[in-house]
Amino acid sequence: MKELEYPFDASYLMTHRRQLKKTLTAQSAAFTDKRIAILGGSTTAAIGWMVELFLLNQQIRPKFYESEYNRYYEEGAFPNQKLKEFKPDIIYIHTTNRNISRYPQISDSAETVDRMLKEEFEKLKQVWENLQSTYRCPVIQNNFELPFYRLLGNKDASDLHGAVNFLTRLNIKLYEYAQTHENFYICDINYISADYGLKEWSDPFYWYMYKYAVNVDAIPFLAFNVSNIIKSVFGKNKKGFVLDLDNTLWGGVIGDEGTENIKIGSEEASGQVYWEFQRYLKAHKQLGIVLNINSKNNKENALAGLNHPDSQLRPEDFVEIKANWEPKDRNFEEIAGNLNLLPDSLVFVDDNPAERHIIEAQPWGVSVPDMGEPHHYIQNIDRNGYFEATTISSDDQKRSQMYQRNAERANFQSGFGDYGEYLKSLEMRAAIKPFESVYMARIAQLTNKTNQFNLTTKRYSQAEIEAIAQDPSFITLYGRLEDRFGDNGVVSVVIGRIVGMECHMDLWLMSCRVLKRGLECAMMDEVVRQCRERGLRKIYGYYLPTGKNSMVREFYKQQGFQMETEEPGGSVWAYDLSDSWETKNKYIQVEGM
Amino acid sequence: MKREEVFERLNEIFRNNFDDEGITLSEETSAKDIEDWDSLEQINLVVAIQGAFHVKFNIDEVNAMSNVGEMVDLILRKADA
Repeated sequence: MKELEYPFDASYLMTHRRQLKKTLTAQSAAFTDKRIAILGGSTTAAIGWMVELFLLNQQIRPKFYESEYNRYYEEGAFPNQKLKEFKPDIIYIHTTNRNISRYPQISDSAETVDRMLKEEFEKLKQVWENLQSTYRCPVIQNNFELPFYRLLGNKDASDLHGAVNFLTRLNIKLYEYAQTHENFYICDINYISADYGLKEWSDPFYWYMYKYAVNVDAIPFLAFNVSNIIKSVFGKNKKGFVLDLDNTLWGGVIGDEGTENIKIGSEEASGQVYWEFQRYLKAHKQLGIVLNINSKNNKENALAGLNHPDSQLRPEDFVEIKANWEPKDRNFEEIAGNLNLLPDSLVFVDDNPAERHIIEAQPWGVSVPDMGEPHHYIQNIDRNGYFEATTISSDDQKRSQMYQRNAERANFQSGFGDYGEYLKSLEMRAAIKPFESVYMARIAQLTNKTNQFNLTTKRYSQAEIEAIAQDPSFITLYGRLEDRFGDNGVVSVVIGRIVGMECHMDLWLMSCRVLKRGLECAMMDEVVRQCRERGLRKIYGYYLPTGKNSMVREFYKQQGFQMETEEPGGSVWAYDLSDSWETKNKYIQVEGM
Repeated sequence: MKREEVFERLNEIFRNNFDDEGITLSEETSAKDIEDWDSLEQINLVVAIQGAFHVKFNIDEVNAMSNVGEMVDLILRKADA
């Protein structure tokens, strides 16, 4: 919904929240339900309202638990029956500099200030550790915004006794904790408040009137950031850009003006603007964001522009380059199809409102940011938090490369008459093993963002994955696939729950980047082998339809299972382990087997 | 600005905020007349009114408001100042 994308009208969201909620919940979208606990050091009601709207817009339907007023410490650090019953999926600790117990006095020694700093930090750390060990779920913690006055003026920043200095040092301790602990995320209110304007953000009117530590008008901006962290943790980040060329990546129309006349590079102001925008886009490749082109141009001109000596983005930075005269929605659909991605995981960037409207008018739910003036392109994309980075895995950095290799594989495939010959020639090698600690983040990430090849679409937090990995009543397997074009990383995850003599497949998923390679067969062989080793009698497979996973409706049938029941809510399949099992994998060499 | 005009705009703010087309404000309407009007809603209303009429209230002024009539008085006083 456009109203909930940046740049949004904050006061409109506040005054129309009830209508907006109605509209959002009336959508037929497949919502993921999540339980969110907010532990506050000040009033948090409006924060919850706004987080709810932004999450609904991401197809996450939240239920909230709110601590009693300013009880974040008591409720977080000690046993809490109500919170336990609530079973949070994620906990947000909304503290601000109003919650600092003591600031340094000018007479305090450096050691005293250090001790005070440690006390503030330890108090919070106690809360985080109790929360994570009790509820085993991710925790979001505000850092501290700067104070709204400075006793020492500018020296407040550098002097140990300054509140600015004190809060800055405390923030650094928070960051060090975040760097060394998983499932712990900082909500950067220090940045958000600066971005909003600290003077307005900290207007004490709201504190004294209603004990809001944040200007109520600014709360949508805070809530938007919180919701971005949450949707990212639950796998709702976007995965790529689809970019226009003329007046988007460079100034001018290359077909009319010629390669030498487009505006890009350091020569003059408007060329510099596009240069910086290109650099901004290119930096996303490090996060695994895939770049694609969708431009009304002939291919020759498109490539000439990208090969311009001052162009930061080169043709090889893109996975799909569609430069033709087809309607942009058709190109867009093809790009998504070739990448095996759903259209709504791509962001469409085009300076032309008419083209944006065409993509918006499709039923795909694609994010199409209003671009504004070229010098605001970065801001209008960046503030939307499409790619909010909560975990940075080494896989992310390779992703763009992997998509490119898929394109190479597609070309390679066309040279083979027989698909089996092609699979053989890929020289595939797989590791299929129980969950290992180095892959926990990746496995949780996959359970949260895989929608198409996913039999049950069960989402797991990293903590849940870790707990299951240690529980002997589960069979867990990850599949990692390599081939002659490179390493695809961990791309398949299976969880089987043992009950008595039966194994119930709670989760079976595979990333679409390795579709039709036979990895699912190799995984099934291993599941059957392990079930037999445990002397089990039956395997039950479940298919729960979601609107996105119809490609696996027949999966268990293809694997030789018998249908037990079929209802609109899903189907149940069984395999009798006393039947003979013919090894299904033919083309993948499985490590250590 | 006329008193009726302020009333009209206030009415719209209230209807939006409570998502209730049935709200019709009078001079005497107060928190006890609208079911969801609690202190948390009060701040929403204050913020919405400040934005809509481009005025700023101080703490004492907000605390002194006991019904819609007084709210209108205050808005008129501030807006004309």
